Amino acid sequence: MSVRELVGWGRFPRVMAEERVSEDLAAATHEVNLTRGLGRSYGDSSLPGRAGDVVARTTAADRILFFDEKNGILRAEAGFSLQELVRVFLPRGWFTPVSPGTQFVTLGGMVASDIHGKNHHVAGCFGEHVRALKMRVPDGRILEVTEESEPDLFRATIGGMGLTGHILEVEFQLEAVPSPWIWGESERVANLEELLDKQSAASEEWPFTVSWVDTVARGRGLGRGIVMKGRWATSDEAPQGPPKIGRSFSVPFDFPSWALAPWSMRIFNHLYFWKHLPRRKRGIVHPQKFFYPLDIVQHWNRVYGSRGFVQYQCVLPQGTPRSVHHRFFEALSQGEVGSFLSVVKDCGEEGKGLLSFPKAGVSVALDIPMRGRATQELVDTLNEIVVDAGGRIYLAKDSLTRENHFRAMETRLPMFAEVRNAWDPELRLMSAQSARLFGDRETEAGS
Amino acid sequence: MKCVVLGATKGIGRGVARLMAERGDSLFLLGRNPSDLAATAKDLEARSGSGGTVGTAACDLLDSSTFETALDQAEKHLGHVDAILVTAGLFATQDDLEQDASLRDRLMHANFCGTIGFCEAAKDRLLAKGGGRLCVLSSVAGERGRKPIVIYGATKAGLTAYLNGLDARHHENGLRVIVVKPGFVRTTMTEGLKEPPFSADVEPVAKSILKAIDKEQAEVYVPGIWRFVMTAVRALPRGFMRKAKF
Ligand SMILES: Cc1cc2nc3c(=O)[nH]c(=O)nc-3n(C[C@H](O)[C@H](O)[C@H](O)COP(=O)(O)OP(=O)(O)OC[C@H]3O[C@@H](n4cnc5c(N)ncnc54)[C@H](O)[C@@H]3O)c2cc1C
Ligand SMILES: NC(=O)c1ccc[n+]([C@@H]2O[C@H](COP(=O)([O-])OP(=O)(O)OC[C@H]3O[C@@H](n4cnc5c(N)ncnc54)[C@H](OP(=O)(O)O)[C@@H]3O)[C@@H](O)[C@H]2O)c1
Repeated sequence: MSVRELVGWGRFPRVMAEERVSEDLAAATHEVNLTRGLGRSYGDSSLPGRAGDVVARTTAADRILFFDEKNGILRAEAGFSLQELVRVFLPRGWFTPVSPGTQFVTLGGMVASDIHGKNHHVAGCFGEHVRALKMRVPDGRILEVTEESEPDLFRATIGGMGLTGHILEVEFQLEAVPSPWIWGESERVANLEELLDKQSAASEEWPFTVSWVDTVARGRGLGRGIVMKGRWATSDEAPQGPPKIGRSFSVPFDFPSWALAPWSMRIFNHLYFWKHLPRRKRGIVHPQKFFYPLDIVQHWNRVYGSRGFVQYQCVLPQGTPRSVHHRFFEALSQGEVGSFLSVVKDCGEEGKGLLSFPKAGVSVALDIPMRGRATQELVDTLNEIVVDAGGRIYLAKDSLTRENHFRAMETRLPMFAEVRNAWDPELRLMSAQSARLFGDRETEAGS
Repeated sequence: MKCVVLGATKGIGRGVARLMAERGDSLFLLGRNPSDLAATAKDLEARSGSGGTVGTAACDLLDSSTFETALDQAEKHLGHVDAILVTAGLFATQDDLEQDASLRDRLMHANFCGTIGFCEAAKDRLLAKGGGRLCVLSSVAGERGRKPIVIYGATKAGLTAYLNGLDARHHENGLRVIVVKPGFVRTTMTEGLKEPPFSADVEPVAKSILKAIDKEQAEVYVPGIWRFVMTAVRALPRGFMRKAKF
């Protein structure tokens, strides 16, 4: 138990609060106001909402409770990390059904954000594969929650950003893989038009697809990038033996802010684009390199200096005219601040979580250095495009969206609020994000 | 290897037990909370994937009557025991120990009387079968009396002295005593304390401990840098220690 500075992965904002950690998660979550995992959400979703609020951290509660080797059913404590899952189970032919772009996340965080991955168009979100949750609900009771036993609570908790209760245990279905290696192909594309076409064509045939976009290029090269696709290699294609888990190195200190000037952003994006010299590459890829390219550098968020950065991810729904995509990327390349790393992915259908992020369309994720007003203005501009298009943002990445924009894009909010109110009428559970976006402050003042 | 672990429910012990399970060692767990032990055993079974079961038995450092029955059960389950690992222990800040006499009694009892009592029973079992490894976690805190760890450090100093004596007395009979001296390791034991330099995570520490057991190293500092740090700290003049904060 200790008061410390808590931050998300973007290191903006920062909050001083008491954080409890214990192997006994049921004890640690007793009367706390929010539970967090490895803090890999970028913004303020894992930070407490009010002065004096206490949070629990799950990372010491990381035991596997049950594993059915035949059917691939795994039950573990909420602090069990994806890194452990990969290390223990990939060599045995099992993998997470859905994976985010980093393995430093917990099961609790994967459920609460209802994470999506490169296979969203075929596998949906993580929540589709969850069979049961053990939760401490806001009134203090500990319940086994399934879609059958408590359908509303179950669906609100999946993607509910920790606001409906503390997840203690997660039971879910693993995916059987033919080998622990990936067969991948990637292709350099010249502009946005080609990128979107090639990406959706790729998703017709490949289970894993994602594209990197050069958001610095303008004019005819606007939206140029690299389309990446992959599938599990068959046992014939795969190299002998399991992939070695590579060593990672760490960014030892905060980079100075000039390191993130527009020129360095330009150079980085240029190099990344032209590193892919042959137009097309294919072959066996190490699974960690394929799924978690950024994990090789620990603390890479320090590259953004002490002011931190924001991630911004939105989905532009299916049927959005291409002109809107262009407008979006133009706004980005013309703003005062740009995005270093930008990722585009086509999403499949909306999942069962009441507030799950993905819906059919094109998702865009951006890393934007925190530069105060300029960054806020860029997020506002992008959000206006998203609201007009009928899209939405991803809460796990957000720290700057305004409440009016959020309400305009999140038409499911009243439905979620109703379930939350039924289980937590006094709003014992709250995050800095829900205080900022869900109108919790008014309710708090009014109650 | 067939190993008995006292303290696998948390921290460093949990880390070492996982490494052992993952490479196929047979394990038997001792501890004070049966349901917690059972959950820990399940975790290790799932990680090992060998289909073998991890047995458990109740054993409390504060209750010496539990030692013999616990070790009986372990021997029954494992057959031959190659190694016994003791990571169980208590920590409390000097302020808390000064204010709370019952906490002080418990800590001194668990870390010194209890641990030594358990080691005596463990050593007898190993020697009866011609020897074996006894690995026990002491601490760098036992190397020099210092302001923040007056009482805790004293229990570890006493424990280290005992283990060194045990090594001297029974090495020729086949007993291999492995004294582990961790520096600051991030576990829930140290949660909330200010981290000194060279703080380490459980995983690398657990790896070093397992290596020390495999190689029968009589004494190991984890991380290794602490050997040099403590050599320096031991050489500091008394006047300096009166002023220093650490
Ligand atoms: C490099 C990188 C790449 C990423 N790529 C993707 C991606 O491809 N797809 C994607 O979907 N996401 C992605 N993310 C986001 C990440 O997957 C989510 O933010 C995830 O929730 C982080 O898990 P965590 O354990 O760190 O949770 P935290 O960040 O600690 O918490 C996230 C939310 O979950 C809640 N929560 C956590 N544990 C519990 C619990 N036990 N009970 C109740 N609530 C809980 C918290 O309250 C908070 O609202 C990425 C993040 C990074 C840093
Ligand atoms: N962490 C450090 O920085 C550090 C530094 C130097 C030395 N050490 C030493 O290393 C050892 C392990 O430390 P750790 O950080 O892993 O501690 P930890 O996380 O607190 O784990 C301690 C273990 O000891 C068990 N235990 C406590 N009291 C017991 C009792 N009366 N009977 C039986 N078991 C008991 C606990 O079991 P329950 O689950 O039942 O509580 C738990 O498994 C300790 O001896 C400690 O003094 C640690």
